[in-house]
Amino acid sequence: MTAPTYDLGTLHGGLRLTANKSASTAKPIFDIPVPAQLVLPITQHVGDPAHPVVGIGERVLKGQLIAEQDGTFGAPVHASSSGKIVAIEPWPVSRRFGDNAPCIVIECDGEDRHIERAEIAPEFTQLPPEVLLAQIMHGGIVGLGGAVFPTAQKLMQARTCEIEYLIINGVECEPYISCDDVLMRERAVEIISGAQILMHALQIDICFVVVESDKPEALHELGSVLGAVADERITLKQVPTIYPSGGEDQLVQLVTNREVPSGGLPTDVGCLVQNVGTAAAVHDWVIDHEPLISRVTTVTGDGVASPMNVRARIGTTVADIVNFTGGYTDRAQQLIIGGLMTGKSVTSDRVPIVKATNCVLVISEAPSPGPELPCIRCGECASVCPVQLLPQQLFWYACADDEKKMRDFGLIDCIECGCCDLVCPSHIPLTFDFRMAKGRIRELADEKARAVRARQRFEARNERLEREQAERDAELAQQKETARTAGPAAIAEILKRKRQQSEDDE
Amino acid sequence: MWIAVITIAAIALVAGIALSYASSRLPSNNEDLVEQVNELLPQTQCAQCGYPGCRPFAAAIVDGSAAINLCPPGGEETVRRLANLLGREIIPLAASVNPSVAVIDETLCIGCTHCRKACPVDAIVGAHQLMHTVIESECTGCELCVAPCPVDCISMRPLM
Repeated sequence: MTAPTYDLGTLHGGLRLTANKSASTAKPIFDIPVPAQLVLPITQHVGDPAHPVVGIGERVLKGQLIAEQDGTFGAPVHASSSGKIVAIEPWPVSRRFGDNAPCIVIECDGEDRHIERAEIAPEFTQLPPEVLLAQIMHGGIVGLGGAVFPTAQKLMQARTCEIEYLIINGVECEPYISCDDVLMRERAVEIISGAQILMHALQIDICFVVVESDKPEALHELGSVLGAVADERITLKQVPTIYPSGGEDQLVQLVTNREVPSGGLPTDVGCLVQNVGTAAAVHDWVIDHEPLISRVTTVTGDGVASPMNVRARIGTTVADIVNFTGGYTDRAQQLIIGGLMTGKSVTSDRVPIVKATNCVLVISEAPSPGPELPCIRCGECASVCPVQLLPQQLFWYACADDEKKMRDFGLIDCIECGCCDLVCPSHIPLTFDFRMAKGRIRELADEKARAVRARQRFEARNERLEREQAERDAELAQQKETARTAGPAAIAEILKRKRQQSEDDE
Repeated sequence: MWIAVITIAAIALVAGIALSYASSRLPSNNEDLVEQVNELLPQTQCAQCGYPGCRPFAAAIVDGSAAINLCPPGGEETVRRLANLLGREIIPLAASVNPSVAVIDETLCIGCTHCRKACPVDAIVGAHQLMHTVIESECTGCELCVAPCPVDCISMRPLM
């Protein structure tokens, strides 16, 4: 089965980057053994942090729930191996804001004993979509493409919209990362099965599995599995290799030629995008009852002795993983969690692998572009921006801290892909500036919301005080009126009673 | 030439009368301006500006009796925005405060309800003669509850 490349939309801008993937795709996925210690952050997803339900000293089994979803928006966390909880404490993690997060630390017993599996549920096609969604919610599954948005909530949101297409995202466009590529090569069956489950949960009949043209092995695997499954509803699509075509909105544009509106979601144009890893995780949970406790991660760069893809338990530290794969080389100088373009540089290899970690990149040194020079307004950045923004204008307003103009010029829609940084002849760290500016805008919006709320409460309180005062006044007037009509004898009676009362009180 | 002068003078007279009538009879848009100024204030209702709340301060700014640099919780940012809105000079802040929230030492609280009554945003809960507590997410850090406490069990905890 061949995948057609015709019938595609067009993507504005983007770049052809050196892939640097062959080093890690040459070997099959290597299973990392159970480490001595697992570190599981309670915030591995977008939304409210999970709430720990185990205590220090407690023994847990592999797959056991250790932190439950708190609030309406979030995901639970499960133990990735059996052992004893030794601490619940802040630990260095890799994430965008802040460097420490509360983590549940498990000292593994090495037995890797699995919790009693739930009773085998009926075939998923027999389940009503709502039941299936509720089930997916308990698996701790989040978007494994990097955004770690809780999958169940994404599906529930999609259920409220008119969805036409499910798009399974196998477009792994960022240099160095190859975990989705090898996953498609080795677990194509599970990915397609996961896609079928998702289609049933959403009750839709068209699914595109989209893969970049530079992954012929993955395309071949998926093609042959699709041929064997013979599911008419699923189509394999091939897209050209351009960074960042794997971004959610960009992929929708490429596959359906529909543009996701500014500030909107793919569901606004009838699409739902899920990563191939997420599809496989859905299969693992719904069919095999294994929650999201491990993931495939690329360990690569010239700083590691043997670049490869590994399947590691969530919570295994980077230090353990690099040791198991053969250690660092002499050239190891910088550790980046995530890819070269969107990843975050960390200072310690004690950070654990979390649900979001698609890559551990150890390189000799950060590619330093050179000193930052003034903007010459050449417009190169605008021509490569996949969201069709004007980075040079945005940069101007970011320098001036002009929040309104930044909004007007669509800063909120910036996907922080880093294309503008790469082409800038003045080496301006545009993406970094935009990230800061976005944070600032968010902060201002929060402040504004707080002020509005405080004002509402203040006004409500004033209203209440006025009302109480009016009620008191009315009561007093009533009493006076009663006293006036009752005459002197009644007043004397009341006074006597009052005097009696105060004497009693004393 | 005289016809032109008289015509222009007549038009000016009519327009002048109409405008003076309009300004005396139609409601002024000061209310709008007060509202706009109030929008820029942080709504902590802390009275640190010397006025009994954000709106009275906004009214005082608009009628010119208050300077724009008197709002400590708003900081330099608020001064800058007020200056922009009103076309005034940016002046340094008169006094600054760090964002903080009130915390009641619950072991010392005697349940007198004085702090609850002082709170401008109803962020303190607690019944008479029972322990009180601050709803942290609603506290604006105005410090108005600190002084009324007879047992000094309320302290301000900096947010950063």
